[in-house]
This record gives sequence, structure tokens and C-alpha cells, in this order.
Amino acid sequence: MFSELFYELRKAQVPVSLKEYLALLEAMEAHVTDMSVEEFYYLSRAALVKDERNFDKYDVVFGHVFKGLEALEDDETAEIPEEWLRKLAELTLTEEEMAEIEAMGGFDKLMEELRKRLEEQQKRHQGGNKWIGTAGRSPFGAYGYNPEGVRIGQDGSRHRRAVKVWDRREYKNLDDSVELGTRNIKVALRRLRRFAREGAALELDLPDTVRSTANNGGYLDLKLIPERHNTIKVLLFLDIGGSMDDHTRTCEELFSATRTEFKHLEYFYFHNFVYEYVWRDNRRRHQERIPTWEVMHTYASDYKLILVGDATMSPYEIAYPGGSVEHWNEEPGQVWLDRLLTTYPSAIWLNPVNERHWTYTQSLQMTQQLMGDRMFPLTLDGLDRGMRELSR
Amino acid sequence: MKFEGTDSYVATEDLMVAVNAAITLQRPLLVKGEPGTGKTMLAIEVAEAIGAPLIEWHIKSTTKAQQGLYEYDAVSRLRDSQLGDERVHDISNYIVQGKLWEAFESDERPVLLIDEIDKADIEFPNDLLLELDRMEFFVYETKQTIKTVHRPIVFITSNNEKELPDAFLRRCFFHYIRFPERETMQQIVDVHYPDLKRNLISEALNIFFEIRDVPGMKKKPSTSELLDWIKLLVAEDVSPEVLRSRDMKTLIPPLHGALLKNEQDVHLFERLAFMARREGGS
Repeated sequence: MFSELFYELRKAQVPVSLKEYLALLEAMEAHVTDMSVEEFYYLSRAALVKDERNFDKYDVVFGHVFKGLEALEDDETAEIPEEWLRKLAELTLTEEEMAEIEAMGGFDKLMEELRKRLEEQQKRHQGGNKWIGTAGRSPFGAYGYNPEGVRIGQDGSRHRRAVKVWDRREYKNLDDSVELGTRNIKVALRRLRRFAREGAALELDLPDTVRSTANNGGYLDLKLIPERHNTIKVLLFLDIGGSMDDHTRTCEELFSATRTEFKHLEYFYFHNFVYEYVWRDNRRRHQERIPTWEVMHTYASDYKLILVGDATMSPYEIAYPGGSVEHWNEEPGQVWLDRLLTTYPSAIWLNPVNERHWTYTQSLQMTQQLMGDRMFPLTLDGLDRGMRELSR
Repeated sequence: MKFEGTDSYVATEDLMVAVNAAITLQRPLLVKGEPGTGKTMLAIEVAEAIGAPLIEWHIKSTTKAQQGLYEYDAVSRLRDSQLGDERVHDISNYIVQGKLWEAFESDERPVLLIDEIDKADIEFPNDLLLELDRMEFFVYETKQTIKTVHRPIVFITSNNEKELPDAFLRRCFFHYIRFPERETMQQIVDVHYPDLKRNLISEALNIFFEIRDVPGMKKKPSTSELLDWIKLLVAEDVSPEVLRSRDMKTLIPPLHGALLKNEQDVHLFERLAFMARREGGS
């Protein structure tokens, strides 16, 4: 009867099962509600959705199924980058030049030409608003400030925002020898370990039994402790380079702390956002890449996922294919993050940016939303909250 | 037997639908929400509204699922055997009934409240799956099966400290009590303090929602704290004008101890007040 709602919910990754669907039908048959749409909305939500974090997904699906509203389709956005390019050309080149470039052929040539144009006329495109998005500034031109811009021929990151960077950069390998000042972080990370000692009292604690039997005047007094499941496994994803340069030190501290805390710790680096591959050794990042799929297939879903990054970037890097600053990504970053979160339900994002400034960065808000509010600041308190989330 | 809120409990429409679905289909209702939004009160009020006896089972971190069914008191049996008590021959003398047993054998249909299920061990909900599903369990010591006479209406509350297992969630209806909106809040306050001066309430609500909007609060004040605070305001006979004045000195609301439960939050407020005063002065 409502099978479309049911399957759409499953497609939206709301964990609904047949049992719940049958319960909903049973409730409809029992006339729990008087058939108004609103009451049906409440009823099916109570029956199908068991976590308030999924309420939003449910709302979207419900609206889509019953009102014919358009759901967001990831696939459609695949066209956008070409659109950028076309507009980019439209804005900077005359028709004749376009034809010329067409004749010369190739993306590289076009970019070369654009680079020349932009060197001559750096200020020309500021304030234009014909671009995709609402920023109201020109999307390209280096050395200017533009949150969604294309950066061409520039060495370093001035404002830490760019949709494309053509310049390759060298990155510093994260150093895990920084031991000083990491004690407090260790305290917070130890929370995770304590999880290993939770659970029912099962094992005989011999030293304690001897002690308390002696205290008891020789009568046997058994003491039990929770069984140790040494199963804390962690996948650590670290953002490196770009806007993270400032935070590298904080990250290094966290990194060296975690290394000694967990027995199973696998770490990977990414740049700005997770895409189809990650790497282990930052110096050899262009040679030794590991497909993200491989990571997800190799490590079971009982691994806990910790992403560390400032999530400060151009929104395109999250939302659009081809948005990455380093390579052409076929699928948008949010699809990859979504996959990771589906594979590793127990996940958090640690952010070195002060929590007070989170609301000012759009990409940070988007990431927070994708994470389902499981982003925590890289402070003692934030770590504490994050660890509590992980050990739930 | 439809629940539509009571004289002292304001239920929103979505809550009523969820409660009625749980009652009609005889399935447990899992209630989550911010602390202080009336999760526990819901079971108490439903029991009162439909005139059913209420059985409360409050969960602590040490609570075991078995304790809700029954416990076998081996120690008193051992003692009785040493003292030569006749009772020792019948093992059923040492079976102590738990809350679920009590609910299953109740003469009329009871309301069973399992309060703060997330406090217990992670295996706790899993251990209750069959019992809540079929509403029966087996006592090994006496080889008897306890079956429910009238399926109790089960309310389960959770503060979201632990994730509940999927298998458990599938057997429940779920409702998340959202923080009430202004109109609902006004209704709630009216229900509790019907003869209060209207303007005092509206000023108090103003301040209350302003405080909730302050970014960076560790513990936002909730409904129950608002009710306490209003009680204090009335007891101290604070006039609406004092609340309205917004003098720099009174940026920290009077009797704030009822609303702010965390010294960092109080500190945050003092700092905001200090900054406001400085701005006002210049």
C-alpha cells in the first residue's frame, strides 16, 4: 500500500524493516488515525523512523512520495562543470576567440588562454553575478577574494578558498613524534579505551578476590570484573595541506596521542575532503594512492571512523563532481563521505576550528549536516563529547 | 480509549498519534527528547488519563534485564537452610518478582514505564526483546511460564546516551519530543499556573527563549526548569516590570539559579552582561 514510501526510505538510507512496515499497515487497519495526511505523517514517522537524526531524511522522502516534490538527484549535477567552462569562456572570450580555441581544441589550450586573459585583466570579473551560486562575485581570477573561484597560476593559498588549484603543492608529512603537550588529549582518548572494560561482570578478578577475602575474615568473597574485549579499532582520516596548514600542529599532537592509545589504528590522509582515493604517505601521495573503496572493503564496519579536518573549503568541493582542487573527481565529495558513513556507522569529525566560528563557513555547515551533527571541536571538551559519541 | 492530553499535560498532535498507535497496537512506545521535556511525565499522565495502574521501573547503570523479571534470592535460602526453616523446601519462596512480572500479572491493563533505558548496560534492551514482544517469560527455578493477562502499555524513555539496538527499535513505536514552540509553551505554563498574571508569563517566556538562543550554552534550560523558575518568580513576587526593564544590571535574569544549571553558563552570562554594560556605557 505504501510500498513506495517504504522503498524510498530505504533508498534514502533510513533503516526501515519489513516488521516496521507491517506495523504501520496494522495501525492503518486499526484506524489509529482518521486518515488525514498530517496524522498519517505522524503515524508513519512513529512506526518507521526510530532515530531523530533520520527525521529530516524522512521529511524529504515523505514530501517526495506524497507531493511529487523533486528529490535531489546527485546524478544531474554531473553536467555542471562543463557549464562552468562554457560560461567561463563566454565571459572572458569573444566569439571569434571561442571559435579559435575550438579549432585549437582541448581543455588545456582553453585554460592556457584563460590564464593569459586573466593575467592581463585581473579585476575584470569581480562583482559579476552570472555565475552558478549566489556569492555575487566573479568565480575566477587569482589574487582576489572569491569564495568560489577558479584559481589559476598562483603559488600559495591566499584566502584558502578555491574550486580548482592547478598548482601542485608539496605537503609535509605528519610527524608523530610530538609527545609534549599531548597528555590532555590522551586523557580524552582514553575514554575510548574505557569502553573496552564496559559490559557485564564476567571474569574473576583474582587479586581483588584475595584482598577482599582477607578483609572478610577468611570467608570467600568473589570479585568479578567486566570481560575485556580488546576490539577498539580506529580508522583515522587526516586532512593535510591547504587550509589545514595552520592546524597541522594540533593534528600532529592528536596523531601521536592516538598511535599509542589503540592497538588497531589505520590512518589515511586526504586533502580538504574525501574522494575516491586516500593515501598513507604524504610525500608519496601522487604515487601511492589507495582507492577509498578498497579501504571500505578491507576494514570491517566495526572500525570507528575519525575524520580530522577543518572542513573549510569551497562548497563545490563537497557538492559537485569535479569540485576537488587537485583532480577531476567523478563523484562529489558528499557521496564519498556518505559511503564512508554508511560503512562505518560509528564516526565523528574532529575540527580544529573554534566552534564559535563554525556558523560562518558554508562548507563547514554542509559537512556538519552530512555528519549528522557529529562534528566536534578539537578541544578537550570536544574530544570528550566525540569519544562519548563513538562509544555509544 | 484515546489519549488526548490531560488537565496537567499538554500533548501535541504528533505525540497523541504516537501514543494512540502504541496503545491500539499494544507495542512499546520509545520516547526520546531533551531532558526536562516531560518524557517520564507522559507515562504517568497517560496512566491517569485512561485510569490504569502505573508500574514504574527506573533503570540504573547496574540494572540487569533479569531484575525486571525475577530474582532468585539464594542467600536467604542458604540462611534458612542453616536455621532449619521449613520454607527452604519450596524454591518459589525465594523467587522475588520484578517489575515486568508485576505488570504481566496485573488484574487490569497497566501502564509500564521503563525509565531511562539508555542508562543500563548496552545488552540490556537486547535481553528484553522476547519479553516485550511476546509479553511472557520462563522462570527456570520453578519451571513455570509467566504469561501476560492484559498486555501492558509500555513506555520507554531514553536520554540518548547510548544507541539502542536495531532489533529493539523495530519492535517499538518511536516519538521524539521536540522542544515546545512558544504557543505550546504558553499552554503548558497556563496548565500549571492558571491564575498567573498574563504579562508576567509572557515576559518570563521572552527571557526564557532568549536564554535558549544564546549560542554556546552547555545545558539549555528546558520546560521543567521554566516551570520551576516561574514558581520562584511568583513566590518572590517579582513584578513583570522588573523582567521587562532589560536594565544592563538585570541582563542576568533574577533567580537565574533555576534556569542555569552550569557554572560555565552562568559565567557566560556574566561575561555577556559585562560586555553589554560596557557597550551601554560608551
